[in-house]
Amino acid sequence: MAARWFDERLGLASWTRSGLRKIFPDHWSFLLGEVALFCLVILVLTGVFLTLFYVPDAAVVTYEGSYAPLHGQEVSRAYASVLDLSFEVKAGLVMRQVHHWAALVFVAAIVVHMLRVFFTGAFRKPREINWLVGIGLLLLTLAMGITGYSLPDDLLSGTGLRIIYSAVIGIPLIGPYLAFLVFGGEFPTETIISRLFVFHVMLLPALLIGGVLTHLAILWRQKHTQFPGGPRTERNVVGRPFWPTQVFKSTGLLMLTSAVIALMGGLIQINPVWTYGPFDAATVSAPAQPDWYVGWLDGALRLFPPIEFTILGITVPTVFIPAIVIPGILFGILTLWPFIEPLLTGDRETHHLLDRPRDSALRTSIGVAGLLVFVVLTVAGGNDVITLVAQIPVEGMTEILRVAFFVVPLAGFAVTYRVCRELQARTDAPRPRAVRLRRTPSGGFEEAGDE
Amino acid sequence: MNAERWVAATLLGSMAASLALVALYAFTPGNPQAEGALLAVALGGVGIAIVVWAAALIDAPLEEEPWHSLESPAAEREAAGAAMADEDITRRRFLVRLLAAAGGLLAAALALPAFSLGPEPGRDLFVTGWRRGARLVDEDGAPLRVADLLIDGVRTVYPEGAVGRPDSQTLVIRLRPGDLALTDDRAGWAPGGVVAYSKICTHAGCPVGLYRAAARELLCPCHQSTFDVTRGAVPVFGPAARPLPQLPLEVDDAGFLVASGDFPEPVGPSFWNLTHDPPDAESEDGA
Repeated sequence: MAARWFDERLGLASWTRSGLRKIFPDHWSFLLGEVALFCLVILVLTGVFLTLFYVPDAAVVTYEGSYAPLHGQEVSRAYASVLDLSFEVKAGLVMRQVHHWAALVFVAAIVVHMLRVFFTGAFRKPREINWLVGIGLLLLTLAMGITGYSLPDDLLSGTGLRIIYSAVIGIPLIGPYLAFLVFGGEFPTETIISRLFVFHVMLLPALLIGGVLTHLAILWRQKHTQFPGGPRTERNVVGRPFWPTQVFKSTGLLMLTSAVIALMGGLIQINPVWTYGPFDAATVSAPAQPDWYVGWLDGALRLFPPIEFTILGITVPTVFIPAIVIPGILFGILTLWPFIEPLLTGDRETHHLLDRPRDSALRTSIGVAGLLVFVVLTVAGGNDVITLVAQIPVEGMTEILRVAFFVVPLAGFAVTYRVCRELQARTDAPRPRAVRLRRTPSGGFEEAGDE
Repeated sequence: MNAERWVAATLLGSMAASLALVALYAFTPGNPQAEGALLAVALGGVGIAIVVWAAALIDAPLEEEPWHSLESPAAEREAAGAAMADEDITRRRFLVRLLAAAGGLLAAALALPAFSLGPEPGRDLFVTGWRRGARLVDEDGAPLRVADLLIDGVRTVYPEGAVGRPDSQTLVIRLRPGDLALTDDRAGWAPGGVVAYSKICTHAGCPVGLYRAAARELLCPCHQSTFDVTRGAVPVFGPAARPLPQLPLEVDDAGFLVASGDFPEPVGPSFWNLTHDPPDAESEDGA
């Protein structure tokens, strides 16, 4: 028998038995990370297919494919190959759109999963290491998104690359050298497309998959957290076994996630690069929006006032603070949060039971404020679209958002703190119970009790 | 309908969709909408079947598993530490340090080829393709006279012989001479009311592509930096802090617009040493 054959060589029986019986706590919010994992599966499968057709080459060719409006145009081979794999390759367009949608959902699932972990305090001791691994995965995913988005060499993504180059060049002292190393010279360069390709299909995926396996191995070792209530304590794990329940549920979720993304990839057009046109350094489209997870950075660039100064002969460009310093601080706080929170609360205990968001008013309010910073900046990233729709001059819109950047997160902090406190008081106070009163002969009232 | 029938029905639905997908691929030129929808049914059918199966047909009561402490007993930790501290290694402190130093130097030597990835910036960020006497030509290489431009007309131009060179893209705008409000030192830069500015935004480098003729402002569509073209393209709104560099113009003997030198300062987004003299500053052309 096959199992016997393997066991004689690897001795896996007891490991398999305990693995299959491992208990997993059950709550819908624990599935968010799985959705991200399944998006990664879809991305790898569709990505391999796309790699077989995409050509990472900046050389100029004349487009002669079946998309008539671009006939005879000078385009890069990279851009032409994306059009060809969309229009000439059977099932190519659906593969490409599924890949793009899966990427957008991937980042969203990671962010929502991270918010779940944050607001329930799942990052507390002993799980700080896995929080750090998770932040690393988020950064890798953003890098995957930006490198992949730029590969078609279209006008919109080319403009995005140009802005990234400008942010890098603006880093004091090292910026120009760093930008020339990364881009291979002054923007735009011939080599950047093939470099992005190597990062997108080789270096970053290797790191990402290694990181995901680490994330899962640590989860397996430390066991999953659970919400309090019923038989659940800090000293046990209550749930259902890995086999068959958890395997069935996860496989079902894999299939359903894939189904939704397949439907989106088939029916909802995404990134139609043929309407943007090929990259041209002297042309730009308006309004121009990046993919959703980059919008907040673009918003920061739009909102930041024109402050540029020179100290000791070193000019600090106006892009440096919104593009490098502010994201650096936000990500720094996020990364170190499991180590910052114990300083604020003094709580250094091990926790396997989760908080409800209200249980830690401080953490929840800080989280909401941070989220609102992100929301205001993302809205600012679309200020030209809002201007078009709402018919407000873009100048007024920007002034409003500059104020909102400070006011909205502070207000969000205050309101959230208050709401958490109210909810805590309601939970802690004994429930009011209905009583029956009886008139006493002297004219007062007394409790009648149940009769 | 009981759960078993649901499972069977959704699995059959999935099979039908898979067969339809095969037929679609084999017998038609393909259709992205139909492919996506059929794929969704094929995947979703299996997904629903498995979920219903797990929920209704697997009897799995809640189970409890005790927590094992992650922390090792103190004795175990000490033993591990002792195993690491092998006498033959800890005794030879000098050799250990030498080994670490050799490893560090080796790593530095191995990292050096990273500098092959790009050239040194040198003068690249300080100079463009503009030279004294270079004619302004459009995308097709045709030179321009003042009269070729309409009042408030705007054109993208390049130096003759370098059409399409990204760092040299320049906008020319013809203004009514009375509208011009340039500083005195630039009074001679705009023959016939024609001004020329670098098209690369001094904020984040996008092409400053929109001209609001009524306000005589250039607007960058990326982050809405706005520049007043009558006053040397000083920023009047948005995140850009520096004016767009102005190209000094004159008219040559044949009546064509030419540059009377390169831009007086670096074009495009700012960088830390932009106010310094460019490295290797002896200029090749006297511009």
